Amino acid sequence: MAILRNELRPFSGARYIGLTGFVVLAACLGYGQTTNSCLDCHSALPDPLGVTQEKFSQDIHAQKGLTCASCHGGDPTSDDPDKAMSKKAGWKGEIDRKQIPELCGSCHSDPAYMRQFNPSLRTDQLGQYHTSVHGKRFAAGDTKVAVCTDCHSVHDLRAPSDPRSTVNPLNVANTCSRCHADADYMKGYSIPTDQFAKYSASVHHQALAVRGDLSAPTCTTCHGNHGAAPPGVDKVQNVCSNCHAFQAQMYEKSSHKKAFEAASLPGCVVCHSNHGISHPTDAYLGTGPDAVCMRCHTPGDHCDQARAGLQSGLSQLDEAIKSADQVLRVAESSGMEVSEARLGQDQARDSLTKARVTIHSFRKDLVDQDIQAGLKTAAKDLQAGKEAMVERNYRRFGLGISLIAIGMVLAGLRLYIKKIES
Amino acid sequence: MSFLRNLRNWLDERLEWDDLIAPLRKKTVPLHRLSYWYFLGGITLFLFVIQVLTGILLLLYYRSGANEAFESVQYIMTRVRFGWLIRSIHSWSANLMIFTAFAHMFSVLFLKAYRKPRELTWVSGVFLLFLVMGFGFSGYLLPWNTLAFFATKVGTEITGQVPVIGKPLMIFLRGGEEVTGATLTRFFGFHVALLPGITTLLILLHVLLVQRLGMSIPPKLEVQWTANPSEKREMKFFPNFLLRELMAWYAALGVLGALAAVFPWNLGVKADPFVSAPAGIKPEWYFLFMFQTLKLIPPKVWFIDGEVLGVLAFGLVGLLWLLLPFFESDQPSHMKRWITGLSIFALAYTASMSVYGYLAK
Amino acid sequence: MTADQLPQPESTRRRVIGIFLGSGLLASFASFIYPVLRYLVPPAVADLGGDEIVAAKLTELKPNSGKIFRFGNRPGLLIRTASGEYRAMSATCTHLSCTVQYRDDLRQVWCACHNGRYDLNGRNISGPPPRPLEGFEVQVRGDEIFVRRRREA
Repeated sequence: MAILRNELRPFSGARYIGLTGFVVLAACLGYGQTTNSCLDCHSALPDPLGVTQEKFSQDIHAQKGLTCASCHGGDPTSDDPDKAMSKKAGWKGEIDRKQIPELCGSCHSDPAYMRQFNPSLRTDQLGQYHTSVHGKRFAAGDTKVAVCTDCHSVHDLRAPSDPRSTVNPLNVANTCSRCHADADYMKGYSIPTDQFAKYSASVHHQALAVRGDLSAPTCTTCHGNHGAAPPGVDKVQNVCSNCHAFQAQMYEKSSHKKAFEAASLPGCVVCHSNHGISHPTDAYLGTGPDAVCMRCHTPGDHCDQARAGLQSGLSQLDEAIKSADQVLRVAESSGMEVSEARLGQDQARDSLTKARVTIHSFRKDLVDQDIQAGLKTAAKDLQAGKEAMVERNYRRFGLGISLIAIGMVLAGLRLYIKKIES
Repeated sequence: MSFLRNLRNWLDERLEWDDLIAPLRKKTVPLHRLSYWYFLGGITLFLFVIQVLTGILLLLYYRSGANEAFESVQYIMTRVRFGWLIRSIHSWSANLMIFTAFAHMFSVLFLKAYRKPRELTWVSGVFLLFLVMGFGFSGYLLPWNTLAFFATKVGTEITGQVPVIGKPLMIFLRGGEEVTGATLTRFFGFHVALLPGITTLLILLHVLLVQRLGMSIPPKLEVQWTANPSEKREMKFFPNFLLRELMAWYAALGVLGALAAVFPWNLGVKADPFVSAPAGIKPEWYFLFMFQTLKLIPPKVWFIDGEVLGVLAFGLVGLLWLLLPFFESDQPSHMKRWITGLSIFALAYTASMSVYGYLAK
Repeated sequence: MTADQLPQPESTRRRVIGIFLGSGLLASFASFIYPVLRYLVPPAVADLGGDEIVAAKLTELKPNSGKIFRFGNRPGLLIRTASGEYRAMSATCTHLSCTVQYRDDLRQVWCACHNGRYDLNGRNISGPPPRPLEGFEVQVRGDEIFVRRRREA
């Protein structure tokens, strides 16, 4: 078979067309990506100079088109280290810790600049930082305190909404604990280092990390993030009231508010603690190891008596609900239909929850209103459960009667058969 | 007694009653140590009648339709006086009927009552068994609770695996691509109209055939009694056997009442198509042996999809089961032994697979 | 044995059988028929409690107020807005299932447990709730306000 050959006339312009095409192709491929030659060398260098391409590609700044030079200065387009890292090109080298907040703020506090990237991002972080404990100490010359990169990480900085970000709500406590739970690092500061341990055992941590409820608080929810500082002894209940509004309202009008303020006691924290908040139980009102009232009040005084009254009211309702539940459970497992009473039980439980919230008013009359409402519902449900049991017994009695009748017929038939066959 | 005699005379003058029931009077039931198995057919018929009666009563209050079905059953169980009793009897009797239908089929199988000339009785009986399982499948969905919804979804999905006709069949059964309120309406129609109609006709045929052909005698005994007619022991159907059957039926009534009162049928949770299927969803016990078999078949056998192979296999088995009597003729005795062996295997398989399916997660 | 002694055991036997069968049949039939007869009588409450329910009467709610009613197995909330319209939605908070309430001062639906808020369409607008409240259809017929679930297509 003849091999067909394409006869190309020599065309010297071809190589130029090829080269142009190649450049155009490279340019198309490179569209949107600014050249970042720094990584060519630095991805192979060991720590602390090493930043891999892979790591930097995770960084949100890189994704938005910024380069190493955006913070470090220099010329990212040049392959020659001397040119790239020249003073003429604005090379800053390693950023000194003392300069970090201002450096980050040079962009992040500029609304006009930030608008190009994300118009809804706040631009007051640096200002807030200056009001924080970290910021104030930083201004006084303490370099051990947190600066931007300590919390946000650097070179692989992710948006807070990214679950891998160090400042994502699920990770914030871990990030803070890197310093605040390190007893050696915190030596010299007059604050405890058990907050993280306590928080990890708390009901808020349980909600956030285990149940995934992103509305649950982490360190920054109560302390602020950029403007992080403890809320202040007289402002604690303001912070808690953002979610626990009802309890705070009750507390505001209660006798304890004035008393605690006068004694400079931190409101909610006195009974509920701040970091290690566990699920409150009725035992708080008791006299056992979990008792909170008795930490201050004298046994036998009229407050103690009021406490006892509150506790007995709550336990009375709790018992009533439990006994109604018990009867309903037995009725249900015998096949009785008790869904309406079960719904009533939900309402009774709501009343109990309400009563527990009303405790924060420290007024027996208010608490009693909720208790009585709950007791009424629980009593109704107990009655329904008892009626269901009566019905169940009635059914079995009826069954017994019919079985006896059937038995008689069977016996009669047997006799009849015997008779006609004898 | 004279009242009854007058009634009989009245009927006889208008219906020729005596001529009508003459064959019944002559009918006899063979007596041997396996005679008790003869009760099963009658009990299944009795339970079917119970189903029809309780079903009609339930129809007075049940509403089909995704918005109302569950609530109407809840209403029957909680508000209607003795509604719990009627509904629980209906559910229990359904399960008992399917059980006695299977037992009846197996007893006929082992006693070899399907032999010539009773092949048509067997064929109509196997069809009735399929119909009864159809009753179970369609009725199970009607309360529209979660378990029923997903069991129906899985069951119709498997039907869809049949090559060629599977998909159209599935769409026909479901009333659409998915299990929806349309499926419920359709299943209701099957359950209260289509299936009862066909079943009634088949039952009439089946019972007529039994009456005309008489009760079958186990093979060995038949040989014995043909040789020595004096050894033959039988009982008159009317009134002796019938009275015993009435005793059995009355006892069954007692059992049903006890089950309904002590173990009322539960409501479950209303079906929500958007919730994901609960883990370990299983069909009702009478489908377990097939379901478990399908679960055990590897995903691919040779080049055929495992589930398709399983469905086809069951289809083939069903067809062979239907035509079983025609494989056994009078001549080859090795065929008889084959069928006996097959019967034992079938019983062991369905029983053990059902238990396995029940215990498996 | 005399002639009148023979039939006696026979007649006693017959009587015993008669008693057993007769009274047994009567009693058992009664125990079957009685429930069926009572079943046939429709109960006083004809309402299925299913997909539709009377939540309130026309004059019951003032404008800018709410009412909790039972819908199936869960609570529902009926609101009469300040402009007089009726809205109905599930009253189970999507956060931790507390029962919400209508706040006439906020003109919003509020959950007391963790300060969650929903607008008048049930959309979660503030606080922990992750999802809106399921909405229901409201229909005013005569002097009764009917609430029913949104029909599936």
